[in-house]
This record gives sequence, structure tokens and C-alpha cells, in this order.
Amino acid sequence: MSTLTPQDYRERTESVPPFKIHIVSYRLGEKFYCTVDNVDPGANVSRTEAPTREEAESKAITKAKERLQYSASKIQEI
Amino acid sequence: MAQNNYAHPEVLVDTKWADQHKEDSSIRIVEVDVDTKAYEDGHIPGAVGWNWQTQLSDNVRRDLVPKTDLEKLLGDSGIDNNTTILLYGDNNNWFAAWAFWQLKIYGHRDVRLIDGGRKKWLAEGRELSIDVTNVPKKTYRASAPDFSIRAYLQDVMKTVGDGKSIALVDVRSVDEYTGKILSPPGLPETCQRGGHVPAAVSVPWGKNVNDDGTFKTVDELKSLYEPLGIKPEKEVVAYCRIGERSSLTWFVFKYLLGYSNVKNYDGSWTEWGNLVNVPISRGERE
Repeated sequence: MSTLTPQDYRERTESVPPFKIHIVSYRLGEKFYCTVDNVDPGANVSRTEAPTREEAESKAITKAKERLQYSASKIQEI
Repeated sequence: MAQNNYAHPEVLVDTKWADQHKEDSSIRIVEVDVDTKAYEDGHIPGAVGWNWQTQLSDNVRRDLVPKTDLEKLLGDSGIDNNTTILLYGDNNNWFAAWAFWQLKIYGHRDVRLIDGGRKKWLAEGRELSIDVTNVPKKTYRASAPDFSIRAYLQDVMKTVGDGKSIALVDVRSVDEYTGKILSPPGLPETCQRGGHVPAAVSVPWGKNVNDDGTFKTVDELKSLYEPLGIKPEKEVVAYCRIGERSSLTWFVFKYLLGYSNVKNYDGSWTEWGNLVNVPISRGERE
């Protein structure tokens, strides 16, 4: 069985009004992986892989924004 | 785990312990993710992956996995009745807890969660494998289901007009509870209307865990629930949208705090929020 060690693990939070997103990225072998969750409640919104961290994060954030845009349009007045 | 004073510390292992024991023949590690592709991107060496959508659900009846299907899944995963199952997954073990709950319904004796789940394993830089794990098949015989830990619609219906007999806990985000949003941002909507079951109090699942994904201490958990009247002597029912986040809170009540009568309402808001002619509440609780 071949094993790899995740390296360069990073996480941060950004605002995508009216929501926040939590971005996690790390390298595994030759690829970078990125997942984006919606902070509250913390559900995964997108996941990507790419040769560089910048590319993986950019793709994941773009995909997350598309999905969040729909949710933002459905917010109810309470 | 003993330092946290959990009622049943034996159902929780830390990542270090899991790493040290991942090759033990009596142990099978199982990854269950919200994101059903995450396992393929790297998993704990030797772990098998279960797909909650296709392997832990009856999608025709919208029900739990049938007994015979579970027996086959466990047998194919190299698990027999004496195997210790270590569950972990993404999103702070949401669906790992859901698998845990179903395994307890079907009577598996020794099942445990890896505290912190996939997130902590990754953050600590522990080894991953991208190879599919091949395991020798075994024979598994599940018990008749024990539904004493499952709440049904009629159980929750009892709280309408009588919010005191059952402590009903809505573990979704505050915005889902108030009705501001119908589903977690970015996820599909599964209900016709937003809000909460009238008797429910809001304690989002994330309040059970620390930033690194591990569970909070007993004292911290007690201070979260007891001031709201959610005490060990009460019958407690947890719900969310589809029953997985509430599995995690169910686990907290049952095994970390030691409550004796606690159930997971897996019908959750997807069921209640679509019913005709039942009351809901919107906004913060009065």
C-alpha cells in the first residue's frame, strides 16, 4: 500500500456576503486539494484539486460562490 | 479521553490512537463523508469507504439501510460481529455519527468515533492512502433493529401544544431555525417552508465541538444544554434537516453526557417542513 503525507495544510475564513466561507487547502503528492464549507452550519460546498494551491483555491471558491449566490437569492425576511 | 469525564469514553478515540491501531486485525476503520468523493482523494491507510447516499440509506422508502443490506455491507467491509469499528469523516463526523447511530440501531457492540474526524487527521499531517482498500469478506449478522433511539413523526407531534414533556433540540444553524434560509447555504433545499418545530430550542451542532473538530468537555457541554432545561432526566429528541447533524448531537447526549432517553429524529425538517396542516414557528424562540 502506498501512502502519502498531507503537507502545507492551511485554513482561513473569507466573507462572501451575506455568508462566510471556510477554505481548507493542502498538498498530497503532486496535487493540491481545496475544500470550501459554508461556516454556518459548516457543510461542504465545493471541493477541487489542481497542480497549484492558487488554482485549487480559485476553482473551489468560484464554484462555492456560484452555489451561494442561489442561496442568497432565496433568503426570507423574518 | 478520560480527562474529559465523558460518560462513555470508550466510544471515542483520538487520532493518535487510531493511527497507532490502524493495522490491528480486530479493528476496521471506515470513512463516511458528506462529500461522497472525499474518500478517493485520500483516506486513512486500511480504511474502507461507505457512501451514505447509496449504502446507508433506503432511497425508495426514504429509510435507514435495510438489515440485510447492512449485513452485506459490513461483511464486504471485512467486519464481523466482534470487529471494533472506528468511524470518521468530513464535516466534523456528521455522517460518521449517522453511521454510528445506525450501527447502534442494528446492535453492533463496539463502534467508536475518531475524535476530530478527517479534518483533524489532515491538519496533523497523518498518512493517507489513495489505494482502494481490499479486505477479506466476513459474515455479519445484525440484530433486530432497536428503534428506541429513533424518533418518528408521531413522537415529535406530541410536543405540539405541550412543549415540556420532550426536550426538542434543533441543531441546524440559527438562520435555518428562524426560517431565514431553507437549507445550509449552497446546498439544495429540501422543504417547502422555513422555520422550526414550535417546541424546539436552537442549539446548533457546532457548539458541541472545538475549532480542531474534537468534542468539548463534559462541563462545557453541560453548560450548553442544562441552562436551557435539557437535562439528563428528560426525554430528548434532536433533529436537523435530514438527520445527520442531529446524529452527532444525539451522540453527545447519549455517550458523552450519558443521557438515558435520547433519540434522533431523522425525518427532521425535511419531513416536518413539508407536512400539510401542522404548525411551525419562525424567528427566535419567545
